[in-house]
Parts: sequence; C-alpha cells; structure tokens
Amino acid sequence: MALDQSFVGRSYPPTAPYEVGREKIREFAEAVGDPNPVYTDPAAAGALGHPDVIAPPTFAFAITYKAAGAVVSDPELGLNYSRVVHGDQRFAYTRPVRAGDRLSVTSTIETIKSLAGNDVIDIRGEVHDAAGEHVVTAWTKLVARAAEAGEA
Amino acid sequence: MAARIAYDEVEVGTELPAQSFPVDRATLVRYAGASGDFNPIHWNERFAREVGLPDVIAHGMFTMASAVRVVTDWLGDPGAIEEYGVRFTKPVVVPDDDKGAVIEVTAKVAAKLDGKRVRVDLTAVSAGQKVLGMSRAVVRLA
Repeated sequence: MALDQSFVGRSYPPTAPYEVGREKIREFAEAVGDPNPVYTDPAAAGALGHPDVIAPPTFAFAITYKAAGAVVSDPELGLNYSRVVHGDQRFAYTRPVRAGDRLSVTSTIETIKSLAGNDVIDIRGEVHDAAGEHVVTAWTKLVARAAEAGEA
Repeated sequence: MAARIAYDEVEVGTELPAQSFPVDRATLVRYAGASGDFNPIHWNERFAREVGLPDVIAHGMFTMASAVRVVTDWLGDPGAIEEYGVRFTKPVVVPDDDKGAVIEVTAKVAAKLDGKRVRVDLTAVSAGQKVLGMSRAVVRLA
C-alpha cells in the first residue's frame, strides 16, 4: 500500500535531550571492538583537542534511530515497521559527539517513494546540543519490503 | 582537529591499511545491547529464517562502524571525519559455528578536496560478497 505523500516535508518536534555518558561511549566502543583511547581516556581525547572523550562516528545513530522510530511508527503514516530494513545511512558532522552532551533530535521526512512494491522513506535527523549548536545530521533510508504472496 | 596524516603526503589512489573484522553471535548480542537495536534478525535464527533471511545477519550499523575503523585508525583522530555514508547492499550472514563471519575492509583516497580534505572510498566484503556500496568518508587532514 502506498504511503501518504502528504507526510513529505513533515518535521517532528525535538526529542527530549539524550545525555551522553562516558561509560555508554566505552560500552559502545567495546561493542564495535574499537580500542582507540580517544573513546575511553579523557587525557587521550584532550591531547587531540577534545574537551572530553568522544564517541565513535556511528554512535549518533542510536539516538537518531530512536527518534526516527517515533516517526515511522506514526499510525497515520501507515508504514509496516515489522518489514523495515536499513537501506542507506549517512552522517555529516560539525563536531564529534562527546561525553556530557545533551543531544536533541529533530526529525524530518525528506522523501517517500514506492519502488517495486517496497515503501522507501528518507528521514533526516538533525542533532543539536544543549546550547542549540549543530553537532551532526543523520540521513536514514528505510525500506519496508513488500509482503510476499501467502505471507501474513 | 588533529589528524596525523598530512594532506600533502597523500594522493588519489593512496591506499589505507586494510583490516579484517571477525564477527560472531556474541559480537552481535553485545552490539545489540550497546546500541539498543534488539531486532531479532540479529540474534534469533528461527525468526531470521521466518522472515526470509538465510540465517542471523549482522546489524548494518555494526558493519558501518567496523568499516570506518580503517579510516579512523589511519587518521588517529576520529574527530577529523566530516562525512560518512554507506549503502547496505548485502547482509553479513553470521552462522552459529566456531568461526562466524569476517568483514574485510579496504579503502583508498578517491579525491583531494579543498580545505585539506580528502574523500576516502571504502570497500567491505564478507563471504566474497560486497556488503557495503557507495561507502565513502570525507576527512580533514593535517
């Protein structure tokens, strides 16, 4: 079923701030197997000019995807979230995410398409810190695969 | 910030040191917990097969995080990345055996840009299949 095109351009209110903790960054870095001390040692981060440990480049997705989830599960949009796979992912950074940040995401639906029966939706998540300064923008393409014949 | 690679010392075609990243079921469980992505296709073989996948598959974002290590280890400072994007072209299938899967990543400088920036193009392969497409990063060099 085609999605409602009137959702293109729709923005959702900024999310409640996500507070980035040093130990969460450490947990994430260990989970991706990355031993770079800039993620765990404030002195190592400081030597590179960062005021605190920074997060790996893809860490921001954990925050923006949660915000995108609230968008795509909007019942008015009609997306079958249980059949969604990740198509593309892109980030543009003003600066790295770092410990102590309080980050808020503003999500916007950029495009909605139907390709070979699949619903394709592009969502932009703009991440700002507590001072309102831009940190990173994440673009996420989600593909809701068409149900196959005989499949519920 | 403070990348340790000098812009003047790289040229189009300069190869970054390649790396291989092993991934097994325990890796995926750990990544699920750290990232908050608990989609059962990444840990439940029965569920994965029910939705038409060959087996449990790695989180695309795990593959994306692994691939960029070739860039961040080269740079020294991950804060020197300005842009990073990928297309998820094939899943990384992770069997429940004593080997799991391996993601092999290569990268090279594809373009020199203004402001001492370069574009790096990445290739990620698992089980002989390209698992990322259009995978590129823009980074600031010294």
